[in-house]
Amino acid sequence: MDLLTVKNLTVTLATGRGDAAAVRDLSFTVGHGEFLGIAGESGSGKTMTALSLLGLLPHKGRATGSINFDGREILTSSKREYRDLRGKEIAMIFQDPMTSLHPMLTVEVQLTEHLRHHRKVSKDAARQSALELLSTVKIPDPEAALRAHPSQFSGGMRQRIAIAMALACEPKLLIADEPTTALDVTVQAGILKLLHQLRKERNLSVMVITHDLGVLSSLTDRIMIMYAGSEVETGLTSDLLQRPRHPYTKGLIAALPGHTNDAKSSQTKRLLSIEGMPPELGNFPSGCAFHTRCNYAIAACKSELPESIQISDSHRIFCPVDPFSAKASIEGAK
Amino acid sequence: MRTKPVSDEKSQRKRFLSGNGFVPFILRRLLTSVLLVFGVTFISFSITQLVPGDPVAANLGQSAYSDPKIVAAFKVQFGLDKPVPVQYVKYVSKLLHGDLGISLSSKRPVLDDLKEYFPATLEIALVAVFLALVVGLLLGIISAVTRDRLPDQIIRVFSLTGVSMPAFWTALTAFYLFFFVLGWAPGTGRLAPGADPPPTVTGLYTVDSLIAGDFSTFKQAVAYLLLPAIVLAIYAIGVLTRFTRASMLEILGNDYVRAARAKGLPEITVIRRHVLRPALLSIITVAGVAFSSLLAGSVLVENVFSWPGLGQYAYRAAVGLDLPGIMGVSMVVATVYITMNLIVDILYRVIDPQMRDAS
Ligand SMILES: Nc1ncnc2c1ncn2[C@@H]1O[C@H](COP(=O)(O)OP(=O)(O)OP(=O)(O)O)[C@@H](O)[C@H]1O
Ligand SMILES: [Mg+2]
Repeated sequence: MDLLTVKNLTVTLATGRGDAAAVRDLSFTVGHGEFLGIAGESGSGKTMTALSLLGLLPHKGRATGSINFDGREILTSSKREYRDLRGKEIAMIFQDPMTSLHPMLTVEVQLTEHLRHHRKVSKDAARQSALELLSTVKIPDPEAALRAHPSQFSGGMRQRIAIAMALACEPKLLIADEPTTALDVTVQAGILKLLHQLRKERNLSVMVITHDLGVLSSLTDRIMIMYAGSEVETGLTSDLLQRPRHPYTKGLIAALPGHTNDAKSSQTKRLLSIEGMPPELGNFPSGCAFHTRCNYAIAACKSELPESIQISDSHRIFCPVDPFSAKASIEGAK
Repeated sequence: MRTKPVSDEKSQRKRFLSGNGFVPFILRRLLTSVLLVFGVTFISFSITQLVPGDPVAANLGQSAYSDPKIVAAFKVQFGLDKPVPVQYVKYVSKLLHGDLGISLSSKRPVLDDLKEYFPATLEIALVAVFLALVVGLLLGIISAVTRDRLPDQIIRVFSLTGVSMPAFWTALTAFYLFFFVLGWAPGTGRLAPGADPPPTVTGLYTVDSLIAGDFSTFKQAVAYLLLPAIVLAIYAIGVLTRFTRASMLEILGNDYVRAARAKGLPEITVIRRHVLRPALLSIITVAGVAFSSLLAGSVLVENVFSWPGLGQYAYRAAVGLDLPGIMGVSMVVATVYITMNLIVDILYRVIDPQMRDAS
């Protein structure tokens, strides 16, 4: 049994023009100790997927479907059950460390408050674990850092503190929502290295969300690509990056310089090969939402929701056209 | 990480007034406050000179005013025979010795008048401030956390009513309803007619009666105090409720609140520790302004409830063109405003430790 099994997750948000589904019929799993990457352009519903796992959707947001975590259904949890889950079983790191740490509370308070709440440990014990956590994430002079406020740290250091915060209660699942997007390129590398190290040292399941595929190439076991709230392709990282099957994935990868994780150039060239803009919430095209930007679209793409096509045990796409199948099978035969 | 520069003794001394510490900050503010009060004396002095009207006519009866000798004597007695700049310089030099002059209307030292009338206003104002803070903050918080649900909607209607009702209307309606119709309020004034006020220590009847151990006077003082204080507080409650709701909602939308919730903290901790503190920063600014405006409201409320306070005194001084009286009231009001601002700024520093580090 996987640690996390999400089935038919649909997230509806209130927009200026009525309710709209930001996540549509999404199903995926995260195994024990597995790193799953979720990628897609801005507005594809990655963050809403993550927030629905924590029951933290925005005001008037609703989630339907099923989320099975560690053997129990959590989507129907009460507020109380969700609170016992958050921070303790599932922890989250947010995109912008400049805004996700409280500006008026010391690092010590922010590192220990949930530890003390969930684990009922003493102040001293919590402080001790906070010190250890800060060394784990390589903050110099942890003693001084505990007394400091977030404003006294750079963005990279703040993200390290946010990671320490997330790890405090030893959660089973860690959600990292664009953990490096807001950071300088050089700082990004440091955070990625830290995630690699955590991967080696701890038995942690992680969901890494990003719109930069380059970030994921060496970090994740599998990758799910999202477009307009729906899954378009999921596969093992190597399969997906080297033998992408969906036109959208293909476009995303073509935008990467080679298959490297050179973050700088991938950022500037990102998505150059896919024309147009991703659709806005409430304005998702009918059928396969990508058909408006797809060079291979056929009439059916406009009217029918694409069905999932299993390419191998671990690889599936949502595309009836599959223009690369011939090429892929030739490559596979070689 | 940023470290504070280590300063040697010389620069320490130089920074005595310019430094970021708490003491230089207070000293600086006290200094500017004194200057401000003098500025206020100048401005109110000028305004009273500009206003058309003859203080002599206003203060002497018809027959006395028609006798030039009496008029001349009155002018000499109150220094009105001198040119205006000389009058001002004389006023300020006396002021430096703590002498606020003699009131034209009561013929008593203005300082004595203020000592008598100000505590009465201070007493209802303090109770009103307390009520406004407790009720306004509480309603605002409830309103924000129950956003768009029934409690929020009810509170929003009431707070909007509170800020839209004119003070004199609230005062008259409340008095009519609670005194004439329901008979809950004891009546006008600070104590029942004929009752002896407690021996003066602070001038606040509630405090003084407690000091004297006189509980029946205390109860009576509270009973007389309550209705005017509530009426005075209504506007501030409305303002604070609405503003507390708005700033709570603004803070609630921040990433760090979502992050706090993602940690599984109880909602009450999230609100108290993560939302209320930053929200208070903007709330106290508005609270300072709202409380200062209580003084303006007190003029109307005191007249309706025959409350012998600064509002009534100010009204009489203004109508009687009683220059020293008006100046005295202006200075009290200015001091209250400045003190309010000082308190707000001090609270800022207490709430937000960053203010002490940052510039
Ligand atoms: N509070 C909200 N109310 C209504 N709509 C929202 C709200 N927050 C986000 N949305 C919309 O929901 C859609 C999905 O947003 P989401 O944040 O999940 O995208 P994302 O994939 O995380 O994108 P990004 O890369 O920009 O973070 C977007 O169209 C966004 O505009
Ligand atoms: Mg996002």
